[in-house]
Amino acid sequence: MRFGVVRFPGSCDEADALAACRRVGEAEILWHGDRDLRGVDAVVIPGGFSYGDYLRVGAIARFSPVMESVTAFAGDGGPVLGICNGFQVLCEAGLLPGALLPNVGLRFLCRQLDVEVLDAGTAFTRACPPGDVLSIPAKHQAGRYHAPDEPRVVFRYAHDGNPNGSSNDIAGVANEAGNVVGLMPHPEHAVDALTGSTDGLKLFESALALART
Amino acid sequence: MRARVLIRPKAGILDPQGVAVERALPALGFTGVANVHVGRLIELDVEDPAQLEAMCEKLLANPLIEDYEIVDSGGGAAGA
Amino acid sequence: MRPGAQAVSPSVEDAVALGLTRAEYALVVDKLGGEPNEVELAVFSVLWSEHCSYKHSRPLLRTLPTEGERVIMGPGENAGAVDVGDGWAVAFKVESHNHPSAVEPFQGAATGVGGILRDIFAIGARPIAVLDSLRFGEPSSPRSRYLLDRAVAGIGHYGNSIGVPTVGGEVYFEGPYEHNCLVNAMALGLARSEDMVRSAAAGVGNALVLFGASTGRDGIGGASVLASAELGEGDADKRPSVQVGDPFEEKKVLECSLELLERGLLVSLQDLGAAGLTSSSAEMASKGGVGVDLDVSRVPLREAGMAPFEIMISESQERMLCVVEPARVEGVLAVCERWEVHGTAIGTVTDTGRLRVLHGEQVVGDMPVAALVDECPVYELEPRRPASPLYPVPAPAPLFAASHGAGEAERSGEHARPAVEPSVRDILLALLASPNIASRLPLFEQYDWLVQSRTVRRPGEADAAVLLMPTGAAIAVSIDGSGRRVAADPYTGTVEAVLECTANLACVGAAPLGLTNCLNFANPEKAHVAWQLTESVRALGDACRALGVPVVGGNVSLYNEGAQGPIYPTPVVGMVGELPDPARAGRAGFAREGDLIALVGAFTPILGASELARLRGEALPTQLPEADVAATQRTHAAVRDAVRAGALTSAHDVAEGGLLVAVAESCLAGGMGAALERRPFAALATALTPRRAKRARGGPLPEPLAAALFGEAPGTAFVVSGDREGLDRLEAGTHLVELGRVGGDALAVGEDLAVPLAELREAHAALGPLFP
Repeated sequence: MRFGVVRFPGSCDEADALAACRRVGEAEILWHGDRDLRGVDAVVIPGGFSYGDYLRVGAIARFSPVMESVTAFAGDGGPVLGICNGFQVLCEAGLLPGALLPNVGLRFLCRQLDVEVLDAGTAFTRACPPGDVLSIPAKHQAGRYHAPDEPRVVFRYAHDGNPNGSSNDIAGVANEAGNVVGLMPHPEHAVDALTGSTDGLKLFESALALART
Repeated sequence: MRARVLIRPKAGILDPQGVAVERALPALGFTGVANVHVGRLIELDVEDPAQLEAMCEKLLANPLIEDYEIVDSGGGAAGA
Repeated sequence: MRPGAQAVSPSVEDAVALGLTRAEYALVVDKLGGEPNEVELAVFSVLWSEHCSYKHSRPLLRTLPTEGERVIMGPGENAGAVDVGDGWAVAFKVESHNHPSAVEPFQGAATGVGGILRDIFAIGARPIAVLDSLRFGEPSSPRSRYLLDRAVAGIGHYGNSIGVPTVGGEVYFEGPYEHNCLVNAMALGLARSEDMVRSAAAGVGNALVLFGASTGRDGIGGASVLASAELGEGDADKRPSVQVGDPFEEKKVLECSLELLERGLLVSLQDLGAAGLTSSSAEMASKGGVGVDLDVSRVPLREAGMAPFEIMISESQERMLCVVEPARVEGVLAVCERWEVHGTAIGTVTDTGRLRVLHGEQVVGDMPVAALVDECPVYELEPRRPASPLYPVPAPAPLFAASHGAGEAERSGEHARPAVEPSVRDILLALLASPNIASRLPLFEQYDWLVQSRTVRRPGEADAAVLLMPTGAAIAVSIDGSGRRVAADPYTGTVEAVLECTANLACVGAAPLGLTNCLNFANPEKAHVAWQLTESVRALGDACRALGVPVVGGNVSLYNEGAQGPIYPTPVVGMVGELPDPARAGRAGFAREGDLIALVGAFTPILGASELARLRGEALPTQLPEADVAATQRTHAAVRDAVRAGALTSAHDVAEGGLLVAVAESCLAGGMGAALERRPFAALATALTPRRAKRARGGPLPEPLAAALFGEAPGTAFVVSGDREGLDRLEAGTHLVELGRVGGDALAVGEDLAVPLAELREAHAALGPLFP
């Protein structure tokens, strides 16, 4: 199982995502300017502030050459995980429904949260029992999820912990097929007991389980 | 052509920046203010103004959450 | 003929307007052998400013101990660095951005973070953490609230966007900072020791390549005027020259710099900070003992029509200057292009020992490097202890406002006593809600404290931040300083700041490796400020020598005063320590029901200059009792060893608000109550009663008991929790008094006091409303 982690100018969490993937399999960095996905089995679009998020979160990154290949890869059923800024990029690219708006409080918030798994049928939640509550940190200033229609909700902020005012406490969604998943909390920052929690590993293990079936 | 693109939150989308400004103004003694919305202004020189709308749809705005308006810097609104 | 002599030469009045004295101007003329032209005067004025030359502090700084077994880089480089084992080094430095933040707090704080990060990656270290040290006026002032809100947002904006965690910091609110806030930022970086680079230019014929953002008219005049003059009437005029930070550009410049170094393409590297191209090129040339030719016509500009002198002193952010062998220039530019960063060869290393500024073929400035960097006049301070108090007495908090006779005149020494004495419970809650003690969570939540996956102890979880190292061990870092106590006693207050910092490290099990500092003082040309500065630096040196902690770098920020008077003298110290086992890093919160709670250390608290004294509206004492550094060091070692051995459940130092507040903080951090006995407090009160004192004042809270509960002696004592075996182990190395046990949902002392955790929590959340 080999993960590819995309690196845009302005990505911040790509090294953390890479390290998280390497806890369950192999992983390498995919450069934004390359169309070649190098035969990886799953793609992770990491957090950060791609292109400074200056026009609108994720708006410029979606047009990078690598995203053309990621779109094709996702269309063929390849597993794609977007974390935080990566979620924003996937929404802008139309791989996931909806958009992410500034937090209701308008401030950047960094907080350990309880995140409930509502849908254990996606490529990144197969290793979770339904209803599983994961302790995962979130950190963002534009995480208020907005969807025009009924999205396939995968994660929800539990215990009244919605940090950004997203509708229905939505923390993450999937495409209809369930192979593309995006979420605002950072599972790659919950893979080591020393730094707080290991609950986020389950997302990466899910992709591994998928590869083995 | 020198053009301006005004981008504002779509009607019905919660605009916390607008709300914050709307709340702050009365505190400073400015009363009778309502419907405050905070958006963005993009200024650009374009050779072919006909492309502006496509630029807005594709990159400058996200039609799901934002409305845009293209304004000729001469003053005339170019629609959308 | 002097270069550019055909143009109208600037006058001595221009030099004075740029911040030089008449005598300094005469010296410039002497060094140049003629009157300086516009470029030369601009260059001299910024390099001979206090900010760049340290002309009032250099002799003092030379007295600090800088040597140590683990020191890899000391003062003089962009940042200091210590060895953390297995060939890894941690670089760190703290720097002020006070005046820019007072003018525009968001950009001022943001570019403060950007600047200190560039210092770190300029020596080849990847930035791994930021901490900040902030001072504002009382939060009752709208301006202070605005400065706080925007400065915090600015720090978050830059650090969060560039992917460097903000892992700790401190903030205090005191009247003397109302008109001159302090924004100090500290950064840490990680590097392989053998890969670290110095900034000295070398190799005659090598190219100078400028890369990063393009150059505009940002902060022109800032280095000499904005950054080192007292703020006064002319503020509005200075506003247009505020520098704007671009963390996205810096992120690219950071990755580009590290890739250039990793590929071995650079001879040396330097960031462009205050005074931009001028100071970076002159310093590189000075350190390398060479000369430099710079062609300003090749510098990529953001604004048209910039004059050569403007290009030379522009403070546009996110720029770096490197020295490259001619054959490698192409390779350097290719890496720049890959990171979408401007890279341009703008000059050459020469053997002339001169900084020559060219505009195309024309020489527009020609100055000896030695004169610029090393021959700035140095001024002897004329310290004199002030005869009368320098600082106004703070107004009492509402709880302590006397209902009778609280006239200004009476609030000079003894506090005016309110009609009804506040109870211990009232005082405890008032202290927890004091802006100087209340939970910092509303600030820390606005910072990304976890990116890079190293943060083992997050802000608020322990007394120091703990970061994983690639060696498997960890480092701890803390930043501390109490201006109020330094104002009361510059010598002892500064020693206390150092002890407080090492105490914080001890709480997580860390031993100090090195120290950096930022000396924030008022105008040193005034005798009393000179005295504060002199005493403070003497104390810093003495404390560091006694503790065996080398000073690896620092920064000085002078002229921090407004028309209303000087700031509290505020030396801020940042310290990095090491601990072998991150899994055993200490925590501040109680965590196990039934654990014993103990006070550790020879604790002789006083109320003078304490947070309670401030709430009561008392004047500062004119002296603090001398700290016993050797005894305190033994206590720190005992606590550190016990934490490292896993013998303790929690360790927290007794700081602002004293012993009862420290226990309450451990309750809050762990979400557990504590049942304390009355006896140890009574015993401590008895010990604190002067032997020949008149009978202690009556009422519900005699002063010695108030001192036992709420008095302060920074850095000397700890509240710890653990089992019997753990405490026995600790007691073998130090003085220990059992206070009670962990448990329940209230903080209780005997039968006299029981405050539910919920009430403590509510009081402690007092800063929340400052960030609506």
